[in-house]
Amino acid sequence: MAETTRTKRHFRWTTGLIIGIALMSVMILIGLLAPLFLSEAAEKLTANASQGPSSAHWLGTDDFGRDVLARSLVATRLTLVMTAATTAISVVGGVLIGTFIWLAPPRIRNAVLRVIDAAVAYPSLIFALLIAAILGQGAWSAVLAIAIASIPAFARLTANMAASISQRNYVSTARLLGVPGPRIITRHLLPNMAEPLLVLTATVFATTLIELSSLSFIGLGVQNPEYDFGRLLNEALVNIYSQPLQAVMPSIMITIAGLSAMLIGDGLAAATDPRGGRKFGSVKAASELPASMRADREALVEVDNLTVLTPNGVPLVKGVSLSIHAGEVVGLVGESGSGKSLTAMSIAGLLPEELTVRAHSMRLGELDLLKKNDPRTLATSIGLVYQDPGTSFNPALRIGSQLTEVSRIHLKQSGKTSFTRMVKALADIRITQPELRMKQHPHELSGGMLQRAMIASTLVTDPRLIIADEPTTALDVTVQADVLRQFRTINREMGTAMLFISHDIGVVQALCDKVIVMNGGKILERLTGAQLAAGDVKHPYTKALLAATPSIAERKTELVAVRAEDFTFDEITDDALGPVQAGTVQPETERLQP
Amino acid sequence: MTEPTMLNRESALFSNPPGATKGPRGGLRNLSPWAGYGLRRTGGVLLSVILLVVVTFFMVPLIPGDPAVAVAGADATTEQIEAIRESLGLNQPLHLQFLQYVGNLFTGNLGESFAYSTSVSSIIATKLPFTAELALLGIIVTLLLSIPAGMVVGILTRGGRRKWLDVSFGMLTGFFQAVPQYVIATMLVVVFAIVLKVLPAAGAATLTSLILPVVGLSIAPICSIARVVRRETSTVLEQDYLRTARGWRLPPLRLYARHALPNLMTTTLTLAGLILAGMLGGAIIIENVFNWPGLGKEIVTAIVNKDYPVIQGIILVLGFLAIILNLLVDVILGIIDPRTLGGGKSHG
Repeated sequence: MAETTRTKRHFRWTTGLIIGIALMSVMILIGLLAPLFLSEAAEKLTANASQGPSSAHWLGTDDFGRDVLARSLVATRLTLVMTAATTAISVVGGVLIGTFIWLAPPRIRNAVLRVIDAAVAYPSLIFALLIAAILGQGAWSAVLAIAIASIPAFARLTANMAASISQRNYVSTARLLGVPGPRIITRHLLPNMAEPLLVLTATVFATTLIELSSLSFIGLGVQNPEYDFGRLLNEALVNIYSQPLQAVMPSIMITIAGLSAMLIGDGLAAATDPRGGRKFGSVKAASELPASMRADREALVEVDNLTVLTPNGVPLVKGVSLSIHAGEVVGLVGESGSGKSLTAMSIAGLLPEELTVRAHSMRLGELDLLKKNDPRTLATSIGLVYQDPGTSFNPALRIGSQLTEVSRIHLKQSGKTSFTRMVKALADIRITQPELRMKQHPHELSGGMLQRAMIASTLVTDPRLIIADEPTTALDVTVQADVLRQFRTINREMGTAMLFISHDIGVVQALCDKVIVMNGGKILERLTGAQLAAGDVKHPYTKALLAATPSIAERKTELVAVRAEDFTFDEITDDALGPVQAGTVQPETERLQP
Repeated sequence: MTEPTMLNRESALFSNPPGATKGPRGGLRNLSPWAGYGLRRTGGVLLSVILLVVVTFFMVPLIPGDPAVAVAGADATTEQIEAIRESLGLNQPLHLQFLQYVGNLFTGNLGESFAYSTSVSSIIATKLPFTAELALLGIIVTLLLSIPAGMVVGILTRGGRRKWLDVSFGMLTGFFQAVPQYVIATMLVVVFAIVLKVLPAAGAATLTSLILPVVGLSIAPICSIARVVRRETSTVLEQDYLRTARGWRLPPLRLYARHALPNLMTTTLTLAGLILAGMLGGAIIIENVFNWPGLGKEIVTAIVNKDYPVIQGIILVLGFLAIILNLLVDVILGIIDPRTLGGGKSHG
């Protein structure tokens, strides 16, 4: 909501928006015309009181012999006028407060925001009742009551939007240049908030319509002889047993008015926030695909002619075949969008469901990965490590309960056993205070620590394959080295096969026995780790990748060099900057030592 | 009643301005998260209470013209007006009036009703249980129905599946949000009390007379919260940590109940606090439809009678209930998701 569009987009006319505008136009037309032609029938007292439906009075008459239908139609004008006035007052008031507090000194701004926050917590109807009690009953005091009661919420929203805009560069620039405050508001803040404000205004219209008529309904709004929808329904409630029809028409009218305002609001919101629909597909073994020559029956993992299609049939992975032997580390390299992660996630069986997976065969040991497998077998045979440890842990749950989830659910270990085992596993990878960590929440741990814990957790089930999808990308360079070292140790000591995905060819060459280079959903080149290390590559794309990526060793020297400079030369005068950088890097370097 | 159609508004209310609450535990580093949280929330609650007291106090002085004349009515004698002026304390300077008002509040003295010549506290004591019963049941029904319904729809429509369910869910909930509660309630009366004659139309005499008011009160909030839950569910289902949980091949119930639910509850409850507090306003309307002898019915009568002490008392009580409700939501939030303890989403 707070985001405003930077690029001009085409206005999208949704069905809801069109229906909403059409209904609202009809309402406005009724509001304009009905009082001109139907006032007589609606307001003149006749002797035909409380009649049922007839050809003269389609919905019957009320206590005083007035036509129910005519009254419902004539009431449209007052209802709409009152709602429009209320909306206008609360929008103008809210926008004024919401924008002008950004010109006030921070202390005043925070104080006002706090008061607004406190006010927003109360149901606005309670405030409206209070104001109605002060001003007395009547149409215009109801308008003021609802308008004033809605101002805090609208001011809060405007303040939120203004906050995000006032932090943009052009606003700070304008401030630095000494552009006067009101001008910043009219030139920068308001134009950039126009779209969301319009949506909000439509929504506020819908709520004030309901609230105003509620006030009239409980007898505190519009008073006799005036009438709006709420007042009509209030009168109808008295006669609800004898004349239930009297309640129907005002109900329909208010519902249509409310619905159309809401449809317009939703439609405007959709018009400014387009989102496409998606379909989902299924996993299929496509026998029409030719068997690949490269498939390897001896291997632990065998993927033969894997294709991944979008719901529209666009291929994202185009016939990839690969094999991983027991104890082997295979690297999958390519830039983002090359299909490497899709390939890995197809093997793991974790692709988004709308994608279609086809392959001649795809297996892990004797496990056919194209079929639906027993969750326990899958969970214990494939260990998964993801890119960003900051987001791959559930923020609401404690680390311990997450790390031991597979042991407890699939290996049926007791909470205590799995806890002790996990603590030991964490201690093994030199995570300090493992027991404390287990009881903490993810946001309390560093990314490197989380990632190493995740790797450790995959090991407790003794998996046959570990799939690591860019496990070092989100980490600092020094922590990267640490995590890579952990992978290497696991492979050396436990002989676990690994599929290691990275866009960084330097990371891969440090770890992998075999490297597969992918681009555009296809395999471009297959190399051994030794070939890669020796620079013995043929495909120009691989060459480009190699040239573009400094190796880890190079990067480490780079880092050391930069730091060495910091200490040898005294050219850096900014004292604040130096120690902070050193402080953030140093703990990580300590971990590198052993 | 007050907040139903405003999902956009509510979500936006809680999307904090960037940079406004950065550095979660800054400044309160030495305290435990709950202690720091308690400190901050106490400040917020105090501010809310002060606002409530100030606003209710100014109700009488702000009455246009001479409040005493307004209260006494047009045909009152000078003596009557003077008596009312005396009883309202209007002869004193404003700041003394305020001190008197606050002092009385501390001793639990809310004044005397003009209309009934009984103490306001005793009126509230007899009416509050009815409103509390209605609101509490409504809130329970709302939470019990809206969260599972929203989650189930969110799960069934994940990744764009079952478009028809998505569309019909959106239309149905949208419709009930757009229809005012009193219209829904009136239609409930027409259908169940008049046409079908299965439930009483009004009063609080029997247990069955609770059904229609509770349904009328809950439908709109159920739809509002179910929409929030549905949207949050689809967002949470796309998160990385859910992919992690799927990678652990957890059984569906465990995946959704243990891994998805706590996370979607954060936003849901933040918004639900407003919606649930809004149900207090809704109760006022519903009480008037069903002739329910609670605070809502009483305050409307009091406003018509210009019975200011009663109005003040009821608004204070409803306001306190709203504060308590918000506080409760925040505490539950803190338990479910300790990150909220650091600030950010807390409000009020």
